[in-house]
Amino acid sequence: MSERPEPPYEVSPLGYPARLLAPGETYESVSDKIASIPLARHPPRAWYFGFLIGFSFFMLLLLGVTWLFMKGVGIWGINIPVAWGFAIVNFVWWIGIGHAGTFISAILLLLHQQWRTAINRFSEAMTLFAVACAGLFPLLHLGRPWVFWWILPYPDTMGLWPQFRSPLVWDVFAVSTYFTVSLLFWFLGLMPDLATVRDRATNVWQKKIYGVLALGWRGSAAHWHRQQTAYLMLAGLATPLVLSVHSVVSFDFAVAIVPGWHSTIFPPYFVAGAIYSGFAMVLNIVIPVRKLYGLERLITMRTLNNMANVMLVTGEIVAYGYLIEAFMAWYSGDVFEEYMMKNRAFGPYGFAFWALMLLNVVIPQVLWLRRVRTNLALLFLVALSINVGMWVERFVIVITSLNRDFTPSAWHLFIPTFWDWAILAGTIGMFFMLQFLFMRLLPMISISETRELVAEPEKAER
Amino acid sequence: MKTARALYGLAAEFTTHEQLLAAARSACAQGYKSMDAYAPFPVEGLPSALGRKRSLVPLVVLIGGIIGGSSGYFMQWYANVVSYPLNIGGRPLNSWPSFIPITFELTVLGAALFAFFGSMAMNKLPQPYHPIFHAPNFERASRRTTRSSTRWRLASFSKASVRAPSRRCRCENAARTFRIARARRRRVPSRYVQSAAL
Repeated sequence: MSERPEPPYEVSPLGYPARLLAPGETYESVSDKIASIPLARHPPRAWYFGFLIGFSFFMLLLLGVTWLFMKGVGIWGINIPVAWGFAIVNFVWWIGIGHAGTFISAILLLLHQQWRTAINRFSEAMTLFAVACAGLFPLLHLGRPWVFWWILPYPDTMGLWPQFRSPLVWDVFAVSTYFTVSLLFWFLGLMPDLATVRDRATNVWQKKIYGVLALGWRGSAAHWHRQQTAYLMLAGLATPLVLSVHSVVSFDFAVAIVPGWHSTIFPPYFVAGAIYSGFAMVLNIVIPVRKLYGLERLITMRTLNNMANVMLVTGEIVAYGYLIEAFMAWYSGDVFEEYMMKNRAFGPYGFAFWALMLLNVVIPQVLWLRRVRTNLALLFLVALSINVGMWVERFVIVITSLNRDFTPSAWHLFIPTFWDWAILAGTIGMFFMLQFLFMRLLPMISISETRELVAEPEKAER
Repeated sequence: MKTARALYGLAAEFTTHEQLLAAARSACAQGYKSMDAYAPFPVEGLPSALGRKRSLVPLVVLIGGIIGGSSGYFMQWYANVVSYPLNIGGRPLNSWPSFIPITFELTVLGAALFAFFGSMAMNKLPQPYHPIFHAPNFERASRRTTRSSTRWRLASFSKASVRAPSRRCRCENAARTFRIARARRRRVPSRYVQSAAL
């Protein structure tokens, strides 16, 4: 597969990749190419390979979770004062990755960015899977996960309610709303494409299954009218939602008085970081997948170049956040804040801080170069660096702030155990397993929206 | 076609969406009311060409948002002020600023649920069977035709056209015209998941 050379692409007068769709695509070719993937009898060999790797790590997750349920959270490296270890780091990281999906599907839709078409279905699926991974961690971290429903408001026999003034309870509502809205949005857009797959299916079982999933969609103008209105409405709702969800996540930190957390810059800085890592994850998935399935003509270089641009912008916002954190630590004149910053950079976890600076601030600057943005291998590596970097960022925020707070007698180091790493790797495996299943079973690019690009090429090239 | 099968409507097929749009406009101008068009993607201007008014979806979404938001705030107010008053750091029982995030989330949730299920209900979906599925070429995929399968159809279900089946079914620029029969049996056919050649 990888021997196939990257097809040449047209460039705009300024030298940037110009086209959203390769020339010569028709309604037929677009539908055939996308719908044939879920209908194929066998997926490409690389699919089995990727799926099996994801699946084995998913088994590791199940093992880790079973051990956790048997032994309790003591199998992790957490203790007082670092009671929020990997569970919260991973939670914030995964939620952040999910946010790019909503950003691409909702915000770019409202902004009439046609280049989202090639990647929106993909990234919406990514959102769902990432939020599923994220949602696991607070539950696993509860200590008694079998009574997790105590965080939901219901008239219980004890006469108690959740503490609605707490950001942790806000989180429950924010994340569950986010998952529900993402799912509805995703399915609403998917329905017409499921109908296309149904119409192309020759196998009777495929026809039945996709037929049931398509809910009888027949492309009626009246249906399209309402579906499109509802889709736009959901996009309008998802836009403030995605901003609110990561703001609420950042309140978990910002509302606490721990030095390094108690900061008003957290909401915007977290949201930018979320989109940053999410775009990186989309690139990490899309670059191999378009090669594997030969989708270079639908997911063109222009889309990848634009995504790299978004990463560059959000990356600069995140870098500004780091700068302001350091500045405020000095400017506040607060001894604890000042010490936090020194500890962060030169304390026992200093290596993580400098790794973060390298991975998240220094390396992504190469995206200023067009040659890097249009070089698939380099773009992939930069995206990988950002993904790791954003994980390290959350590690730095959570661990270095907690391990040395106010009283030196309470200081304690956090050392992750095997089970910390196993559960992190396990969720990554679960994420990729679900992503591979999605690519196998559902149309991974929006067929109807790509047809719109075919119908109105001038709109596409704007 | 056997005469035993009652006529449900008339339909015409076009090769481009511009032709469909023009035909819809002229049919609407001629007074056809009960019409629908079938397209593989949303065509701009088609709903108004068919004489459709503004969609009710935004209103439904607004109602959903209001229900979600107000019940969200009520839930928190009831829990913290009425059911189990708890003094947290001397703050007032009805400390509304800290109730805003959940109120907002539930506003969005209510509006989104109403948007999705409201639009589905107005579309009468899921609906596994519809007579338009009887239109020819709907099983294109199994026949492997070489011609383009992207079709644009305009169908009229108005009583006049159904009552006068003998009337010639004609439409300018149409690639073909055809009649849509009702299902042979009242029961949904066993091949209920028909294709619509989208």
